[in-house]
Amino acid sequence: MKVSILQFPGTNCEYDTQHAFEQLGAKTEIVWHKSESIPADTSLLVVAGGFSYGDYLRSGAIAKFSPVMKAVAEYANNGGKVLGICNGFQVLTEAGLLPGALKRNNGLHFISKHHTLKVVNNDNIFLEKLNNGDVVNIPIAHHDGNYFIDADGLKELEVNNQILLKYTDENGDIKNPNGSVESIAGVCNKEKTVFGLMPHPERAMESILGSDDGVKMLQGFLEA
Amino acid sequence: MKAIINVSLKAGVLDSQGKAVHHALDSLHFSGVEDVRVGKQIVLQLNETDKQKAMKDVTQMCEELLANTVIEDYEIELV
Repeated sequence: MKVSILQFPGTNCEYDTQHAFEQLGAKTEIVWHKSESIPADTSLLVVAGGFSYGDYLRSGAIAKFSPVMKAVAEYANNGGKVLGICNGFQVLTEAGLLPGALKRNNGLHFISKHHTLKVVNNDNIFLEKLNNGDVVNIPIAHHDGNYFIDADGLKELEVNNQILLKYTDENGDIKNPNGSVESIAGVCNKEKTVFGLMPHPERAMESILGSDDGVKMLQGFLEA
Repeated sequence: MKAIINVSLKAGVLDSQGKAVHHALDSLHFSGVEDVRVGKQIVLQLNETDKQKAMKDVTQMCEELLANTVIEDYEIELV
């Protein structure tokens, strides 16, 4: 099991992500954005969080033209598993690998705190270790996490079970920190091979640090 | 020639910055403002002399990079 982790100028979660997957027993490799290919033995490609290109123009907008992104698109289009966390989610929507877009938080503030999320669809490798309706505690840290998709797009997400997680309170009732449409925190593509979410499961790996709910999420990929 | 591009959130997409500015104007007692939209302006200095060609190029730039057409509209002015 090899997890390859993309690194753009401004990425800052690549080492946390690496640590998290190595803790679970995976081999990892950091891939610099100038690389025109990704390691051949990659079984999961992670677009890690951070502030690629300083979030200039729009979050993720410039990263999508990095040399490595052609290889990422090719990998994804061939059915390769891709996970975008936070800025990585923004990059994947900008690159058109995931539907929708991420806007400035409604409250205009950068939000950094633990937030509870409800599992909406677990019929995918990312969440298969959890049950629908489970509530997990995962940190969020973003300024542009306000997920937007138009009404037709939303319907499609719902019909195809592409909504992964919603922001809720600890009872699983909707509690929306940033204005996201339908309180959406994460989505996947129709084929359920490309995943994106704003919360940081790689920061929820040890209960002594507040939560280890991320373990079950990331583990799903390792057994696929 | 110069291309002046105005990028703003689409009608129907909530503009929270615009809303905050509107609140601020209200609290300054500028009561005549009905709506505020905040966008950004991008100015390109072009070496193209053919207006039609410039418009075509800049439109492509907007579609590919300068605007995210999922949430944003753009207007191009050539001067």
